[in-house]
Amino acid sequence: MTQLALVIDLNTCVGCQACVTSCKEWNTSGEAGPLTDRNPYAAEPTGTFFNRVQSFEVGVFPHTQTVHFPKSCLHCEDPPCVPVCPTGASYKRPEDGIVLVDYDKCIGCEYCSWACPYGAREIDERQRVMKKCTLCVDRIYDQSLPEAERKPACVLACPTSARIFGDVHDPDSEASRAINDHGGYPLMPEWGTRPANHYLPRRKTEITIHDEDLERADNPLKKEDRGPRAPTTRTTLDDSTSW
Amino acid sequence: MKPAISVILLTTLIGAAQGLFLAYYSAEWLVLIGMLEPPVRDLSAQAATLAVGLLLAGLGASFFHLGHPERAWRAAAMWRTSWLSREVIALPAAISLIGLFALVEFEGIESPWFYLGAVPVAPSLALGFAALLAVLALYVCTAMIYTCLKFLRQWHSPLTVLNFFLMGAASGFSLAALVAAIGDDGLVDYFASGAILLTLFALAGRAAALARNRRLRPASTLQSAIGIQHPNIRQIAQGAMGGSFNTRAFIHAYGPAVVRLARQFFLLAGFALPALLLALRGDDPLPWCGLAFGLQFAGLLVERWYFFIEAEHPQNVYYQMIS
Repeated sequence: MTQLALVIDLNTCVGCQACVTSCKEWNTSGEAGPLTDRNPYAAEPTGTFFNRVQSFEVGVFPHTQTVHFPKSCLHCEDPPCVPVCPTGASYKRPEDGIVLVDYDKCIGCEYCSWACPYGAREIDERQRVMKKCTLCVDRIYDQSLPEAERKPACVLACPTSARIFGDVHDPDSEASRAINDHGGYPLMPEWGTRPANHYLPRRKTEITIHDEDLERADNPLKKEDRGPRAPTTRTTLDDSTSW
Repeated sequence: MKPAISVILLTTLIGAAQGLFLAYYSAEWLVLIGMLEPPVRDLSAQAATLAVGLLLAGLGASFFHLGHPERAWRAAAMWRTSWLSREVIALPAAISLIGLFALVEFEGIESPWFYLGAVPVAPSLALGFAALLAVLALYVCTAMIYTCLKFLRQWHSPLTVLNFFLMGAASGFSLAALVAAIGDDGLVDYFASGAILLTLFALAGRAAALARNRRLRPASTLQSAIGIQHPNIRQIAQGAMGGSFNTRAFIHAYGPAVVRLARQFFLLAGFALPALLLALRGDDPLPWCGLAFGLQFAGLLVERWYFFIEAEHPQNVYYQMIS
């Protein structure tokens, strides 16, 4: 069984919003019609997006880190939005695990959005149907594209390779290996939805350097003082992240 | 959750309509087994017609909730998994069966359809029984739409089903008392006593739900939502400038004072006062019953509004501040 998904690396995401704009660009130009905006160039612009990047500040100033958090449909393996749909417009494809909405069947009752704990679904104000991330289903199987481009638009746009696309049921895929090697985790595991998308935590990037590596103990010509050390008494994100 | 006006109207209107049918149909049974004096005149047909009217009004209101009302027929498709789909089937079933019940009552078709052993079964009794099953199924379907959403923990309780039934039945019996008072068919005492009893049960059920919800603590935190186990996390950007569907559909802007006032209003107007008014009705029950039903229906509208306000959607933890 294939389960396509995204693995998002919070360690490398810089919050540049390239995934947001490329997602919007691809998905507003497709056969399914535009992702409608309201006041796009005025005050209070709003509209339909499949993918948004939120930002969080973790820690207490000045010992803080900014975490950028891309958020889109997680393509749950047990999607709560699917069984509640009265028309069958919301469905999970058995062949690749993508959760999709049939815009021609959707009656716009919003019940699926009530059933999604992640807030991954948005009503399109003009088309009046529920929309959400499709994992660029109209792109990843397109034989007319070069094979390297048969990936979701957000993955191709990411400048820091923070988004990995693949089959999380295939233990040898790049996505599965990233999850296994770097402690990938699902969001809100308490609800048992088993999201297919995973997130990779912040990681400590460190190398061990012994004083002898920097300073030759047997060098008679050089006598160096120890420099100031950073304070280690406060809790930082690195201390509390579990991996 | 942000209250959806059309859904508030739908659930309160059909709840009362179903209760009205239950009241008159139960009176028919009690007369049949000799526990109730036969009414001076038979208003079952008029009552059932009013119930059909209210059910149709509720159905009409529900269409305003849809983005594509012209596709509403599709909503019956997924009855195997979706309680909403089951409601979409149960509601027209209840309307048609209560309508047929009203028809045979109007026409006065008395000759028994079949015999259950030696007991003759009149068409109104048989159709009424089918309508009774549809009405009970509709109560369950309507309430299960909310109860089955396990993330909305304030709704995810058997109390939701119980309360939808009790509040619908209570307001329906109040309406039946009003109909009986207007038509003077001699059933006011039965309906009023039933309404008082059901209203008090509904008050107990709602109070239990309020107490339960006060004790609930959110199961999802910002830590589990983004998977970072740190006590100090502050959101600095939501990913939208002018809000999004997520902020418009799930986050309400009512302050705690308004919410508290609404709770006090529906506890008084929806339950305490109508029970008191119905108990105090004298020889001229019409104004008492009219006021009781009017107050109760207004109270239950606010109750359903509060039902939405009360529910905390876990997606709201992703929307801590606008930026």
